[in-house]
Amino acid sequence: MVKSGTLILSVAARLLMPLQLLFSLFLLLRGHDEPGGGFIAGLVAAGAFALYLFAYGLTATRAMLRVSPRDLVGLGLFLGVLSTLPAWWNDQAFFTAQWWTIPLIDYKFSTPLIFDIGVYLVVLGSVLTAVVALVENDPD
Amino acid sequence: MQLAVLGGFVLAAFAPLLHRWFGERAGLVMAILPAGLALWLFGQLPSVVAGDTLVFEYAWMPGLDITLTFLLDGLSLLFALLISVIGVFVLVYAGGYLKGHQDLARFHVVLVAFMMSMLGLVLADNLVAMFVFWELTSITSYLLIGFNHNDPEARKSALQGLFVTVGGGMALMAGLVMLANAGNSWSLQELITRGDALRQHELYLPMLLCLLGGAFTKSAQFPFHFWLPNAMAAPTPVSAYLHSATMVKAGIYLMARLHPALGGTESWTLILSLFGALTMVTGAFLALRHTGIKQVLAYSTVMALGTLTMLLGIGTQEALIAFATFLLAHSLYKGALFMVAGILDHETGTKDIAAMGGLRKAMPITMVCAVVAALSLGGIIPMLGFIGKELMLESVLHAERLNGLLLMMSLAAAIMTMAAAAIVALRPFFGSWKDTPRSPHEGPVSMLAGPATLATLSLLFGLLPSWVSPLVMATASSVEGSAVDSYLALWHGVNLPLILSLISLAVGLLIYRHWERWRDWQGRLDPILNRGPEACYFLLMNLIVVVSEWQTRMLQNGYIRNYLVMTLLVLVGLTSHALVYRHDLVLDVSLDVRAHEALVAGLMVAGAVTACIMRSRLASVAAVGTMGFCIALTFVLFSAPDLGITQMLVETLTVILLILVLFRLPRFATLSTPLERVRDVVVALATGGLITVLILAVISGEQLPSISDYMVANSVPEGHGHNIVNVILVDFRALDTLGEIFVLALAAIGVYAMLRFHADEYDAAKQRLPHEEYLDG
Repeated sequence: MVKSGTLILSVAARLLMPLQLLFSLFLLLRGHDEPGGGFIAGLVAAGAFALYLFAYGLTATRAMLRVSPRDLVGLGLFLGVLSTLPAWWNDQAFFTAQWWTIPLIDYKFSTPLIFDIGVYLVVLGSVLTAVVALVENDPD
Repeated sequence: MQLAVLGGFVLAAFAPLLHRWFGERAGLVMAILPAGLALWLFGQLPSVVAGDTLVFEYAWMPGLDITLTFLLDGLSLLFALLISVIGVFVLVYAGGYLKGHQDLARFHVVLVAFMMSMLGLVLADNLVAMFVFWELTSITSYLLIGFNHNDPEARKSALQGLFVTVGGGMALMAGLVMLANAGNSWSLQELITRGDALRQHELYLPMLLCLLGGAFTKSAQFPFHFWLPNAMAAPTPVSAYLHSATMVKAGIYLMARLHPALGGTESWTLILSLFGALTMVTGAFLALRHTGIKQVLAYSTVMALGTLTMLLGIGTQEALIAFATFLLAHSLYKGALFMVAGILDHETGTKDIAAMGGLRKAMPITMVCAVVAALSLGGIIPMLGFIGKELMLESVLHAERLNGLLLMMSLAAAIMTMAAAAIVALRPFFGSWKDTPRSPHEGPVSMLAGPATLATLSLLFGLLPSWVSPLVMATASSVEGSAVDSYLALWHGVNLPLILSLISLAVGLLIYRHWERWRDWQGRLDPILNRGPEACYFLLMNLIVVVSEWQTRMLQNGYIRNYLVMTLLVLVGLTSHALVYRHDLVLDVSLDVRAHEALVAGLMVAGAVTACIMRSRLASVAAVGTMGFCIALTFVLFSAPDLGITQMLVETLTVILLILVLFRLPRFATLSTPLERVRDVVVALATGGLITVLILAVISGEQLPSISDYMVANSVPEGHGHNIVNVILVDFRALDTLGEIFVLALAAIGVYAMLRFHADEYDAAKQRLPHEEYLDG
């Protein structure tokens, strides 16, 4: 049922998936100033993997992901909690946002960004966990 | 200071690693931390004795006025010293007692975590911080009592201890909130200076009762005393540490700490001295009913806890000195006696005193430790326990209220305690030799170090009371709330307390001689005792099961339609009530709708109606999807692109998930009766109507100032972002988002578990672990 095997979908998925993932990263990184953010980006990435899953099946998708979706959830939660801690360094309250500018590329790096990456991973991981579990359960 | 305690928790987490590195010696390595703490605390002794209160400030959550400030005065110093010193010996002792146990690492994790929780509890200045540590001690205690989790008895006892102490914790929390509101502060330091205002506060009595609810359950006061002897299912080092020297004294600590703030009133005096005395007599009486050595000791601990409570209730300066002395003496001798009990159990293979005899030849050092510690328990000159008991009798004699009754009860308790002390110290070691399951010989050094040191201290402090006198006075001063200037002495001359002591010694030994007959006589009371508080506890537990079964059948029956009806009805009921009664409902709307907006709205309504009346699942899904995309469109129209994108993506992923689920579902069928459908229509209309009214109310009357102005104004300067939605999500309200991603993760785990574990596997698992085992008494 899941692995369609049709040529159009296979080719489209192969072409679209990198673009979708790139787009999700783009949404994630620009999220603080323009529409986007970790939640939306995570959904886009999950969509990308779901497309790939429909085209190439579970085994191929697993090989592509390399890690279990549940580990992504764990990593995301870890990053979310981690981002609360740097404020201690500056003797500020729990969760106070910290900003650093990376000199060469003049990019503003911050704890909200770490947090947003955490959200991204949790959303991606959660959706994929559900999708993969549903597909795994498939008697076919 | 904070660093040491919090670092201890980190150390606890690393215990398994230490076990890999140091093997059996990991306990000794970990004992370095409490040993260092103890040394440091000794260093603070001079300034605390001089009357200083050392404050270690640390703001934890300044926005909520919660600090992690630590406070070191006489009372907390005495407790902290007991916790760290006895902690060192218990860690060393456990290494011998649980030698070769496969779960020793787990034991160390929980034990060190407990140690730190207890330290935090006695040092914390903030009520919230103290409560957090309080609950941590309950949880770690639960894990330690149930350490041998293959034993159903241990699991049951652990659960009982947890239910009783955590139930008390609830009362405590309510009491602390009332206390903080009445005293207008969360800091103990400030609260104890506001005693007069607190005592006259209208909520004084409820506050006191709630706080005592917490203290009484934790410190096993009558009628909650039953959990403590059952907690003896724990390994003996745990019993020695938690259930005699430290944790059960947490309640005592709380009462002593709050004595300057709440003590001295009629209700304080009566409740504490009566319940204390009752606990004291109950404990001493039941101690003689049992032959298990740990049971006897546990009930004598109940006796001691009752005595301490009674002394706090009496509350005179004399009583508080007696309190401090008795507390110190009890921790020393009881720690030692429990460790001796552990050695006996370890070496002979039985815990039954009646089965032991003549062990003095095999275990001479253990015998000496036991006798010395038991002399202190019995209150015989020249032990520290003697001084404690004399002072206790003296202050009971001079009590302002009920002193006749209290004196009689104290004398009875002293007699029976004397008998219990003789049973513990003489029975196993003297008399004729009895064969035991294992052939006994002297315990290892690691197990003898603790009892030997603690017993020696009991003797030394009794002979040289001037050594501990300053610490005792400093403790009494903190409990009194003002400086106490006195000293301890071993010999007070021939007075009434001494005569009473002699009587208790004589009668106690008499009971010891006829212990078997005494037990037979007590056995006749069993039918009454079996209907005691513990029976009520089991009744309550069964009631909880019955009520949960009933409410699960009623509310959580697995039909999503019932959940929806229930949730929506509650929502409609509460919200409409608030809307009508709390706010004046003003509906003053001038609608200004453009054509394309009306079109989107119309499409949305059409989608909803179609979804309801369609007889094909796929069509319904498509209709719901139309609705979702219309909502996304609405967001876009009203310039909320983030929400629009999110809605769109959620709809897309929903379709994907539905495709995966759809073909697995049974055929579309009509399951509800017409009447139920009418009910559903009514609920749906009511909900829709409510939301409509709510939105109209929100946009028509500016009832509350909007917070979005703040967000708009501060998004760039404070959050460094132009996308306000994102700044709110990851910065302003990041804590909420953190909570949400945890919920999301939980939902994913739930889906995973539901799909992976099939019903047949569940049945198989249920057969392996029948759930009755957890719940039944």
